[in-house]
Amino acid sequence: MNYKMMGRFIAQILSIEGLFMVPALLIGLFQGESGAVQGFVWTLLLTAAAAGALFLLCRNAPSAFYAKEGLVCVGVSWVVLSLVGCLPFYISREIPSYIDAFFEIVSGFTTTGSSILADVESLSRSILYWRSFSHWLGGMGVLVFLLAFTGEKGKGFTMHLLRAESPGPSVGKLVPKMRKTASILYLLYIALTVADVIFLLLGDMPLFDAVCTAFGTAGTGGFGIKNDSIAGYSPYLQNVTTVFMALFGINFSCYYLLLLGQVRSVFKDEELRLYLGIIFGAVVLIVLNLRGFYGTLEETVRHAAFTVSSIMTTTGFATTDFDLWPAFSKAIIMLLMIVGACAGSTGGGLKVARLLLLLKSLRRNISQVLKPRKVQLVRNNGTVVDEKILDNANAYLAAYVVILFVSYLIISLDNFSVGTNFTAVLACFNNIGPGLEAVGPTCNFSGYSTLSKLVLCFDMLAGRLEIFPMLVLFSRSTWRRT
Amino acid sequence: MNIIIAGDGKVGSTLTRLLSAEGHDITLIDTNMRVLEASQERYDIMAVHGNCAAMDVLLQAGVKDAELLIAATNADEVNLLCCTTAHGINPKLHTIARIRNPEYNSQIYKLRNIFGLSMPINPERQAASEIERLLKFPGFLRRDVFAKGRTEIVELRIDAKSKLLGTQLMDLPGIVKCRVLICAVLRGGQALVPNSGSFTFREGDRVFVTAPTKDLTTLLKSLGIITRRVRSCLLCGGGRVCIYLATALEKSGISVTVVEKDYGRCQQLSELLLDSTIIHGNAGDMDLLESEGLAKFDAVVTLTGEEELNMIVSLYANSVGVPQVITKLGHISNLGIIDTLNLGSVVCPKDLVANNIVRYVRAMQNQTGAAVSVHSIADGQVEAMEFHVDETTKGCGIPLKNLKPKANVLIASITHGSVTEIPNGDSVFHAGDIVVVVTTGRGSIRQLNDIFV
Repeated sequence: MNYKMMGRFIAQILSIEGLFMVPALLIGLFQGESGAVQGFVWTLLLTAAAAGALFLLCRNAPSAFYAKEGLVCVGVSWVVLSLVGCLPFYISREIPSYIDAFFEIVSGFTTTGSSILADVESLSRSILYWRSFSHWLGGMGVLVFLLAFTGEKGKGFTMHLLRAESPGPSVGKLVPKMRKTASILYLLYIALTVADVIFLLLGDMPLFDAVCTAFGTAGTGGFGIKNDSIAGYSPYLQNVTTVFMALFGINFSCYYLLLLGQVRSVFKDEELRLYLGIIFGAVVLIVLNLRGFYGTLEETVRHAAFTVSSIMTTTGFATTDFDLWPAFSKAIIMLLMIVGACAGSTGGGLKVARLLLLLKSLRRNISQVLKPRKVQLVRNNGTVVDEKILDNANAYLAAYVVILFVSYLIISLDNFSVGTNFTAVLACFNNIGPGLEAVGPTCNFSGYSTLSKLVLCFDMLAGRLEIFPMLVLFSRSTWRRT
Repeated sequence: MNIIIAGDGKVGSTLTRLLSAEGHDITLIDTNMRVLEASQERYDIMAVHGNCAAMDVLLQAGVKDAELLIAATNADEVNLLCCTTAHGINPKLHTIARIRNPEYNSQIYKLRNIFGLSMPINPERQAASEIERLLKFPGFLRRDVFAKGRTEIVELRIDAKSKLLGTQLMDLPGIVKCRVLICAVLRGGQALVPNSGSFTFREGDRVFVTAPTKDLTTLLKSLGIITRRVRSCLLCGGGRVCIYLATALEKSGISVTVVEKDYGRCQQLSELLLDSTIIHGNAGDMDLLESEGLAKFDAVVTLTGEEELNMIVSLYANSVGVPQVITKLGHISNLGIIDTLNLGSVVCPKDLVANNIVRYVRAMQNQTGAAVSVHSIADGQVEAMEFHVDETTKGCGIPLKNLKPKANVLIASITHGSVTEIPNGDSVFHAGDIVVVVTTGRGSIRQLNDIFV
């Protein structure tokens, strides 16, 4: 294990985190929020000290860096990122418990959006900004940012980092150079976020609200800055958010192909078609199920579309308390929670691409039961999918189910209802935010014990990093000296 | 004509036999001394030992004076390099290269000028398109096309249930509701040209019928051969022919099942063929074929690399009543014994290609009146040739009954513009027409005027 190299990565990540805290600090100074300013200043000093020390300790790191190091590095980085990121909350005393602060920032970085706060509006502006910004940074990934904008020389090992941090069954580069690939992803991300802000501003949303909402939408996070999430904004703003949530749930390489003018290949993409198909189908079914629930059809469609887009992309904003909806609609919402967004997007969940592979390989296996000697390959967009990728998808599903149920078992110790516990795990593991019943859109996670919160934090990180980077941290062979 | 043949393999030796029989000067190049010696003993040719893609070897083979180079070694790349090099030395040279790899398919045709290639040939692809044509008209064992697709010579087998069994030639017009002409009958390995009305069809005869393409359906219907469109097809063996064929069949909506014994090859097939069912198993395993529902297929094509296996599977498929069976044979197609077996249609890639090249050679020689295409039918004992009639042709405008053709020559069809006529004594041909002539005298007819005494 190349600890020195990892140390350097972590030092760089701490520097980036510190850099991104500066705007929040400036907002605090501008607004005269002394508690928050104190929190940020102390955190920055601590971060600078830690990063400096790590840089000194890990000066001449050997360059041997392989898949195992990549996975571990991603896992450790995210834990460190969260441990430091929650300090402003804690030091400013705005979230008095360190565990709660940790839960909140993990929820932020993993773009989950689950909160332990009952009254969000009581937070100071700089803290609110930092909370929302954590979504934006976590959405595309902080290591990808590192690859895109720092001088880390492009060696082969950077692929391990991208693969470990980017969601999806098969991660590839867009262009030969890793640095350029990461920059393209981030530039697309920034451009779409700016577009979202502009559309929100056109609907007369205040600038601060627009920026924070856009951060939450872009990272498919879901931290609102209002107690009622998005419900208080105008229908136009809700619809803009619906569309942008859905856009951020699409694989970013689709946008790159669009920029290259390959429109046809984008619209022939099986994953995109299935993704849009599921959204459309779910909206139609829920609208039919909700007849008479709201006053007008417009309202029904708006709430149904917003909720489906929000849950499917694992954002977790809410315009209405869907916990009050009929059981069929809630069942659809629960299924959407598991499906998640497209691979290579900022969304979480099982991913549409993986679902597609699992269904195709299931169909193949069924037909092989009937004809045992039939040789059949699984195809995606016309090209053959390697058996290894199918195996990985199946293994992922197994790990997914195991973690889901173990977590469910542990948090059931807190004696909430079955629905609450199950959807709490689903909501955290799939990086959505709100669940149903006692963790529904109008409630929060503050009632859970410290143990449950830690389990849910693990679930959120595991969900965001696609399980394996977190699992290897708990494997003995990872830390054993060879 | 000076012709260089590079590669003395299946196609090379067939070409050597055909082209040296036509009187051309053949130079053979091969890296295997033994094969060259064998060829030199059998044919009147020159042999050069060496790598045909090397300039020295080509110069030694006389590439500067040659008019045609045929590269038919077993490596596509060598064939291409050979043609490119030879064309570089002698820009007037015509070159033919055998390219078999399906991956090179599209570029070879598009970039043939860059490679200095006059014509690419692909035995497997030709075999596949031949089989596809046969599958379109189940009931014919073979189809040969003339006059730009307007006239065909088709092969029928007289079996126990045939309407023609026991009938005489003069009764034919009463049974067949269109004008056709029986140009040859293969009986017991011997080709006959029936010329008396009392000729009687026997069981096991293979009959070669000339008919306009548009009348083929009528011909089949009136003979009681039900032409049900082939909807499902079993291909045994997943070689190159299989890929070409399965791709073509998939396009025309036929459901294809392929049986292949090599697992890796199965995976490749499954990668290339989107809609086909690929079964991993030995085509010789009758239990496997039964479990795939052999008897329910509309057609079975045996394409494995083992001749014997192809024959056995075809015999078996015929015995369980598969309506159409096609057998691919690589080496042993010209043995008289084949037609005593019930193999269905027999397709031989090397013969198809050799015929194609002989046609090209004749077209190159196309001085006035030379045949534009030549097809060997009836196990190579009969030649069907296509000629363009022009002003120098003797007998223009004279009814056929007044002409005196050689005894072993038959005028099988006359195509005026877009209309094909099956001739009788009163028919005439004019300049601009296309005439198909059938003869049992191999190589004796070069020009249309040769048919007259």
